[in-house]
Parts: sequence; C-alpha cells; structure tokens
Amino acid sequence: MADTVRLTIDGQEVTVPAGSTLLQAAQAAGREVPTLCYHEALTPPGLCRLCVVEVDGARTLQAACVTEARDGAVVHTRSPRVERARRTTLAMLASATNLDEAPQLQAYLQDYAADPAAFGPVARREYPLIDDNPMYVRDYSQCVLCWRCVQACATDAQYVFALTFAGRGFHTRISTAYGVSMPESPCVFCGQCVAVCPTGALKPRRTFLLEQGYTPEQLAHYAAVDHDAVHPPATHYAGQV
Amino acid sequence: MSSASASPTLDQLLAPYMGQGRTMLLPALHAVQQAQGHIGFEAATAIARALDVPVADVFGVVEFYALFSAEPRGQHTIRVCHGPVCRAHGADQVAQALSAHLGVAEGETTPDGQWTLERFPCLGLCEHAPAVLVDDRAVAPADPAHPEAVLHPTPEDEPKPVVGGSVRVLTAWEDPTQPRSLRAYRAAGGYRALEQNLPAEEIVARVKASGLFGRGGAAFPTGLKWQFAAQAPAQPKYVVVNADESEPGTFKDRALLEADPHAVLEGALLAARAIAAEKIYIYLRGEYGRAYRILQRALHEARDAGFVGPQAGVEVEIRRGAGAYVCGEETALFESIEGKRGFPRLKPPYPTTHGLFGRPTVINNVETLAAVPFIVREGPDAYRAWGTDESPGPKLFPVSGDVARPGVYEAPFGITLGELLELAGGPRGEVQAILLGGAAGFFVGPDALQVPLTLEDLRAAGLALGSAAVMVFNTQRDLRQVLLDVAHFFAEESCGKCYPCQLGTQRQYELLQRIFAGRAQPQDLALLDDVGWTMTDASLCGLGQTAANAVLSAKRLWPHLFEAGSEDA
Repeated sequence: MADTVRLTIDGQEVTVPAGSTLLQAAQAAGREVPTLCYHEALTPPGLCRLCVVEVDGARTLQAACVTEARDGAVVHTRSPRVERARRTTLAMLASATNLDEAPQLQAYLQDYAADPAAFGPVARREYPLIDDNPMYVRDYSQCVLCWRCVQACATDAQYVFALTFAGRGFHTRISTAYGVSMPESPCVFCGQCVAVCPTGALKPRRTFLLEQGYTPEQLAHYAAVDHDAVHPPATHYAGQV
Repeated sequence: MSSASASPTLDQLLAPYMGQGRTMLLPALHAVQQAQGHIGFEAATAIARALDVPVADVFGVVEFYALFSAEPRGQHTIRVCHGPVCRAHGADQVAQALSAHLGVAEGETTPDGQWTLERFPCLGLCEHAPAVLVDDRAVAPADPAHPEAVLHPTPEDEPKPVVGGSVRVLTAWEDPTQPRSLRAYRAAGGYRALEQNLPAEEIVARVKASGLFGRGGAAFPTGLKWQFAAQAPAQPKYVVVNADESEPGTFKDRALLEADPHAVLEGALLAARAIAAEKIYIYLRGEYGRAYRILQRALHEARDAGFVGPQAGVEVEIRRGAGAYVCGEETALFESIEGKRGFPRLKPPYPTTHGLFGRPTVINNVETLAAVPFIVREGPDAYRAWGTDESPGPKLFPVSGDVARPGVYEAPFGITLGELLELAGGPRGEVQAILLGGAAGFFVGPDALQVPLTLEDLRAAGLALGSAAVMVFNTQRDLRQVLLDVAHFFAEESCGKCYPCQLGTQRQYELLQRIFAGRAQPQDLALLDDVGWTMTDASLCGLGQTAANAVLSAKRLWPHLFEAGSEDA
C-alpha cells in the first residue's frame, strides 16, 4: 500500500499520508470544515454531521471526520448540497438548544446564514439547571448531545460510567442512572466532562457563581466556612426522578 | 401474571443470566419487566451487578426501548397501534373506546393498577388493522364496540397470517394459520439442502448464481455478502437473522416466521455452514409474541432432530427486541444483542468483517434466508425461472390498506403494481395513493399501477423496492393524516444519535402539523424541503436517510395538499 494518497479538494490537489481522514486532508488543503462532536482526544462518534462533504460518486454526503481519504477522490467542502445540510442542521440545532455560550457555533451559524428563528414556535429542549455538587453545574438546555462527556466519563478516559442517555430521539438527554444526583452517582469529580463540553452545558461551579455576581472574596470566604452556603438565588434545584 | 406472593425474587429472576455479561442485558430486562411491570433502581442495580454492566448503562438501555419502563406500569399494558394503516382504519375509535371503558387517558394506569393504556407507533399487524397488543398477545382487528373483548385475548383470537399469490415457492404451505411442523416441512423437501452436506464454497456459489439479494430493504447481493464473510480471517463468525421487522406496512417476515419457521431456520443454518459460523442469533421483533412462541417450538424440533446443537456444530439463540424500529438497521441490531442502546454504527467497517461482537457476521432478513433452502436444493436456475435477470425469483409483498384482502402475496418480480393489487382482491374504492416500499418508501398515484415491480424498473421510475410493502389509500382517506402519521412514526422512532435525523424528524412532524392546520409560515414549505433533504443527504444510517421519502414524494406529487386553504383535498 502506498504511503500517501492524492486527492482533489475543492479543485486543489493534496497529498496526505494514507489512512488520513477527509477532515485532515481538507485541513492540509487549507480548507475549513466545521466540526462539533469531533474532539481529537476522543473517539469520533461522527454524529453531528456538520463536517459532511460531497464526494463524487458517493450517494450521500460523507462525514469528513470519520471518512478515509481515498486516492483519486474528488471532494467538495462547500457545494450547494453541503451548504444546505450544514445550514439546516445548524438552524435546527439552534432552534432546539440554547447556544448562547457556544461562540464557535455562533460563528458557524453566521457563516452559513442559518436562521433558527425561521422554524418559528417549535419544541425546544429546556431543562432546569442542576446544581447538585460543589464542583460543577449542569445546564442541559445548552446541551448539544455531542456525546463527549459520556465518552470521557466512560472508556475514552475515566472508566467511571456515571453518565448515560435518557429518552430517545429529539428528547434524548444526558443523565445519571435514574437521574440521581452527582454525589450519589459513581462520579469522581475528575472534571474531564467539563473540560470537553463544547457549550455552556457543563461549567465549573466557581465560574458559574462568578457569572452570577459573586466576588472571588465572597467565594473564598464561603468556601472556608461552608461551601454549601453559596446558593445563588437564581438556581433551581432539580431533584430528578 | 403471577400473584404477589408467588412473585419470583430478583435473584431468582436473574439466576439464568448471572455472570454472562452485557449481552444478556435485554433478556434480563425482559424478565424483570414482565415480572415486576417496570425496571426500578433496585432491579437495575441488581442487573448491573449480575451482568457486570454500569448501572447508568442499564438505565440508558431501559430508556431506549419502548417495551421497557423505568416507571411502574399496570399489571397489563395495552398498546393501541397508531401506524398509518391502523390510523386510517379506526385506531382512534379503538383508543377512545378503551379509554372510556377503563376510565383512563392514554398513557395512564387504572387506579387498581391493572391496566396501562398506551398508543404505540406500529405493531406490524397492518393487514388486520386496527391492531392492539395486550401484553404480548395481539388483538386485530380490534372492535371499538367491544372494548372488554379487546382486553382478554385468547390464542384463538390472535390474528394469523393471510397469504396468497400467483406462485407458491416461499409460501408453499397448505395452511398459513398453522405453523408448518418439522415433519410437514421435511415431507416437502425441507432440510434436504442442509443434509446434502455441500461444501461451503458450493453453497455460496449457488446463492451467488441465483442472484438473490437482500429482502430487508437495501437489496445487497446475498451471495456476495456470504463470500465476504467466508473470506474474513477473524474467528468466531456469526449469522444473525434480522427478524426485527418494524416498518409500518411491513409484515411479510411475521407471516414466514409464523407459518414456516423451519424454512427460516434452514436458511440460517445454510448461511452458518457457508461462512463456518457456530452461532446463529435470531433477533425477533419484541412485539411479535406469537412468532416468538412458534419459533421457540420450531427450534426445539430442529434441536431434537439434530440440526441444531453440539452434534450439529451450531447453536441458535433467539433474542427478542424491545420496541425500537431502528434496531432493524443491522449495526443497531448488533448493538442491541450486545446489550446496548440501539445506536447505528458508522460504516465502514462493514458487518462481514466487523459485525456482531466485532466479528465477521452475515446478517440477513428473514425472507432472504427463507429463499435459500430452495435455491440450494433445486439450484439457481430453478430459482431464476421467476423474475428478471436483475431481479430474479419470487418475492413476498405485504399489501395493506384499501384492498379487498389485505395480506402477504407471493409473486415473481416483474408483476405490476396493479396486478399485485388484483391478487389482493383489487382496490376497495378508488385508489388515491399508494405508499410503496414501507413508511420509508415513496408515495405514488394510480398512474403508477403499470410499473413492474423490479429493482431496475423502480429505480428507473425514481422509486425503491424497500421492504416491498404496499399500503393503499383510497379517495376516502385523508392523505394529510397519513403523512402526519408517517412523520410522527419517524419522530418517535429516531434513535437520537445523528443530528439530521434526531432534529429533522421532529421538525418535519412539526412543520407538517403547522402546514396542514393552515398555520403555515411563509418559509415553511422551503424549510420542509431543507429538512427532508438534509436528513436524506446527511443522516448517519439508512433509516434517517429515508425518513423524508414519503413526505418529499407526496409534496412532489400533490403540492396542493401542502398549500394553505385547500382543506378539501
């Protein structure tokens, strides 16, 4: 097998190591391809489909992050089909989920002229904020279901298995077993899930409290006395199930 | 259901699965769900320990499958089918009658804890619409005038296959209402193909030469699939029978399983011999209670006769699905057997090298396998006596809706749609629309009755064979309601993994609701196209890629249905 493959991306020939993905090949060609669920430290689940590209001869669009670059392939990263799929997916996502704290996704929405408001009044995924432990808060209204937290908690990093999916389809949400609180779950508060979250869904509790107007001095004082004392008034406690 | 005092303990329930690992998760969940009416935290924790599965994953699996419940249900669950054909044939009246009789709304449980009433996306009983499932016994057609009779079905009441056709190859049995016994099957030449002890290469060669292609919907050449799996170096290998027939309008595999289980078994055993697999899994749709009981009995017979078991060098295990259309997708089905949520995997790699448990696997539809004994026994030329070069052989067509005799009809490829309807007694009323290929198929109008049903002719017409389902709607039916039912089905059944389908099935349903209610916003029709094409073009699996076919095809054919102020279509 040859060590490299040569393919055409948006009219430009590129040579990349054999086994490269189309995403890597596109980057080698200097083309920007949007990604969301993809994270270089995690198994790519290939599910957000934002990185789809058009490959001549393929029936459907291909997710660039998980499709191998083939010798002689002719790839289009911004064809009309690609544009439509990305624009529509982004608009549908923003019509369901609060993306206010996801600047990268906001930039994509602009770039693709995606208009979530066009969907009008439709079902949104809105959930009360969960503040059930001293380390981090969970706001699943901002969750894009990219799987990163579940993967990091499981076999991609921690082997803790505190997280899973509840529901199905549009109504899928990230949950502990039977919705128990994090301290009741196997969570070891390693913070890996918070580190890989691409939106504001998972956030260090300290960051959250500072955003709520607490000063570092207040937080230090409360932490020294009793960390449970810091209960921002705006917070809902969602005891689930 | 046993009384409280005789209820088995969790330890007793889980004893058969103890230490067998995650693959036994669905069987264990079925056992607990049946005995306790739900799977609570305590039971999930016990299952997690017994099978060495994280308790969060147990919960995730319970949440995925419609037949499992984390919340307590009544002693008995009544599921009223709301598939498009049942809906067009009185499902609402049945649901209302049951609701009034029991004094509960849909989704509620009677105060005495006896009955939970639910609507269900599809039960696979379209030829007997409207259908109801009480625990695992079907009642169809259900009579809204007698709700109390619906609640207490007997085995005699259970709907049986209705079968006909212009040829009898796959359906060469005398009485479709009774399962053909081992003895009767053997008297008709059954198991002779297996007993010939042909070399694996010869079996593959015959199947390849026959031109047989997959009957589940993707139409992949069967012999080629077997060859790939036979050539794959890894061991062990598996054969999986995809009996998770779950698409509205599709009920042909149920007819085969209930009337001729040994044909399916022999086909699977030949597949196992062809690729040197020692284990066969039959993954059966969870709602198919009668087929399950028949298949179990047939498997006992086959084992007693020495076709299955240690001396035969091959084991067969039946696994029951638990209410998830997506598990008919082959890789989602593997995940399910492995004890996971039914999320489709990325392809490649393909099942022939990386299938069940990551091993080389042949996965075939029930009807595909049922055709194999004839092909191996009589030879490819005999099989090619029917059909066309590209679409050889006889085929089963499940025909439902507005025809005189809804049922499963066997005919050679090349029969026209109109001729097929005549086999089913002809249309009842004037044909308005036909949904061809299942809920994931395409709508056609009466002008398509001349189309020959072959892969090549359908492709040329911009259509697809799919599961070969034919759902007929006459001019009395409200096509908008049919479209809403189809869209609702996909929104209910999307697994939620990839964004185009997870979001698109929901938005497609909402847009249709708005458009048909006369509340369309100016851009809604364009959005409906965008959503549909995005699902078609960008979804991860074949189910998402076909979830907009019905809507997009109807929109092309009947744009007036989607226009404001045309309530009278």
